[in-house]
Amino acid sequence: MDPVAPAISVEHLVCGYDERIILRDVSFNVGAGEIFFVVGGSGCGKSTLLRHLIGLNRPLSGTIRFSGQPFTEADPEVRRRMLRSFGVLYQSAALWSSLTVRENVALPLQEHSGLGPREINDLVALKLAQVGLTGFADFYPAELSGGMKKRAGIARALAMDPSIVFFDEPGAGLDPVTAREIDALILRIREDFGTTCVVVSHELDSIFRLGDRLIMLDRAESGIIAQGAPEQLRETSQDPRVTAFLRREPPPGRGKSSASPRGVLGR
Amino acid sequence: MAAPAPDLRDFVGCETEGGTLRVALRGRWRLLEARPAFVDLLTAGAPQRIVFSAESVEAWDASLPLFLVEGLRWAREQGVAVDLAALPAAMRGMAEQVVEIGLHPVPPPERPGLTTRVGEATLDAMTKSWDVVTFIGDCVLALARVARRPRQFRWADCAAEMQNCGAMALPIVSLISLLVGLIMAYQAAVQLRQFGADIYVADLVGLAVVREMGPMMAAVIMAGRTGAAFAATLGNMKAGEEIDALQTLGLRPVDFLVLPRLLALGMMMPLLALYANLLGILGGMAVAWRVLEIPPAAYWVETQSIVDLSDVASGLIKSVVFGLLIGLSGCLRGLQADRSAAGVGKATTSAVVTAILLIIVADAIFAVVFNLLGI
Repeated sequence: MDPVAPAISVEHLVCGYDERIILRDVSFNVGAGEIFFVVGGSGCGKSTLLRHLIGLNRPLSGTIRFSGQPFTEADPEVRRRMLRSFGVLYQSAALWSSLTVRENVALPLQEHSGLGPREINDLVALKLAQVGLTGFADFYPAELSGGMKKRAGIARALAMDPSIVFFDEPGAGLDPVTAREIDALILRIREDFGTTCVVVSHELDSIFRLGDRLIMLDRAESGIIAQGAPEQLRETSQDPRVTAFLRREPPPGRGKSSASPRGVLGR
Repeated sequence: MAAPAPDLRDFVGCETEGGTLRVALRGRWRLLEARPAFVDLLTAGAPQRIVFSAESVEAWDASLPLFLVEGLRWAREQGVAVDLAALPAAMRGMAEQVVEIGLHPVPPPERPGLTTRVGEATLDAMTKSWDVVTFIGDCVLALARVARRPRQFRWADCAAEMQNCGAMALPIVSLISLLVGLIMAYQAAVQLRQFGADIYVADLVGLAVVREMGPMMAAVIMAGRTGAAFAATLGNMKAGEEIDALQTLGLRPVDFLVLPRLLALGMMMPLLALYANLLGILGGMAVAWRVLEIPPAAYWVETQSIVDLSDVASGLIKSVVFGLLIGLSGCLRGLQADRSAAGVGKATTSAVVTAILLIIVADAIFAVVFNLLGI
C-alpha cells in the first residue's frame, strides 16, 4: 500500500444494475483520516455508490483504489483481504438475528484476528462500552431498540479497528440525542485511530458537524454536482441545487405552483 | 505451521532501574498482525513498579490496549504498581476501561426455577391453544362475511393464490405421485407374483392411491411447498409492519390475507389429489406392463372394477380438509412469527411440522369415521 496515496481513490466510476446506469463518470478522492460525506436527495445513487465502494456490486467501468491498491480488478482473495480493513454500518444495522450482540461483535474477530477467547471477550466488552451498550452483550437483536441496534452495528463495524469505516445513513430513524451521540462516536473513532470515515447521509446537522468534505450526487445528472467542504459549498456554490440542499431551501422549480402530483412525482 | 513469534524489540524497549521496569512502546500494533505477550517482558524477574511510555508508536489499534490490559491484570494480581500517565489518553483510557469492565462483570440474567418454567410453559401452551381457537373463529367469521358480501372478497388475490398453489405445483405433484405409484406396484408385484395373483396389483395400487396415497402425498407436498410459503410471506409482512399497516387502516388481516389463501388451497387440493390419483395409477400401470406383462387395458379394467365413486369421494373429502389444515397452519404460524429473519425461519419450519402432524391426525380420524360409516 502507498502511504501517501489517498485512502480512497475513485476514477471515472460508472455504477448501475444490469443495463441501467445509476451513476456515470464519478471521480473523487478521500484523504486518510478524513470524514467524507456522500450526500444528495433520495434516489440519487448514494447507497448504490456505497455498495460499489464496499465491493457488493461490480462497477460497469472505472476504478476504485484503497491506499493506492486497486480494488475493482483485484483477485478475489486480495479483495477479501482488503475487505477485512473495512468496517460497514448498514442502514438497518444488519445484525445477525440468531446471534447475541456479543456474538455479532466477536464473529469478525474470531474469523480473522487469531486472538484468544479472553482477548476477544475483552475487545467485545471494550467495543460495547465505547458505543454505550455495556450490559447488553447477551441480548439478541430482536430485544434491542432501533438506536441500540445501530450502536451494536457500529460496535461490530469497529471490531477489527478498520482503517476505513463506511456508514450508511447512521442517524436514520434515530432520535436527535442518539443521532448526536453516534456523530460524537464517529468523531472519536477518527481522533483515536485516524480512521477514514465515509458517511452516506442527508442529515444536514451531521454533515456540518462532522464533515471535512462532501460530494453531492444528483439523480438528473447521474453523478456528482459538487464537491468540497460543507461550509464552503453552502456559502459559495453557484449551483442552486447545492445551495438549496445545504441551506434547507426548497429545490429550484419546486415552488407552490409545481406542487401537483405530476410535479411531486417528477413524471 | 505456527506463525513466527514477533521480535520483542520491534514493539517495546525495556530498561530496569532499581525495582522499576520502564517499558517504551514503539512500532506498529495491529490486530491482524502478531504482537508480543506481556509476560515476555518479565524475563529479568518481577519488578516492583512498571512505567509505560509511548513516544515512538507508529500505528496502533486495539492490539496495544489489549497488551496493556495483560500488564495491568498481571500487576494487579502481583500487587505491582503501574504508571500509565505518559501514555496518550485514548490508549490509557481503553486499557483502563477493559480492566474496569472485567472487575465488574454484568451478572447473567437469573434462570428461573423448574416450577416457574413448568408454569410458564403451561401458560404458553394455553395461550397458543387459545390463539388457535381464536384464529379459526376469525376465519369462520371472515367466511361468513364473504358469504354475506361476496363482492367484497378479494377474488383477484384468491385467483393468484390458486394459480400459485394449484397449477404451479403440478410438476412436483406429477413426479412424486408417479414415483409413489411405481414403488407401490413394485412392492406388490414381488409378493403377489408368488401366488399367481399378478392382476391384483391393479386393485392394491388403485385402492391405496385413491383412498390414501393420492390425497396424502399431495397434502404433504403442499405442506412443504405452499404452507411454508404462506408462513414465510406473512411472517415477512409482519416483520415489515405491513400487517400493522393493514390493521391501522381498519382492515382485517384475516379477510385480506388469510381467507384468499385458505379458500384457494381448499379449492385446489381436491383437484391436485385427483391428479395425483391419476398419476399414481399410471405409475402402477407402467410397472404392471413392464414387469408383470399385464396389458394396460386389462390393468385399467381391473382398477375400474375395484375403485368406485365412494373411494374417490372419500379421498377428495380428505383432500379438502387437508388443504384447509395446511392453509390454517401456514397462515397462523406466519401471523405468529417474531419480527426477525430467525422468527420467519422458525415460523416456516413450524408451519410445515404443524401441517404434516395435523394431516396425519386428520387422516387417522377419517380412517376410523369411514370405517364406522362403512365407506
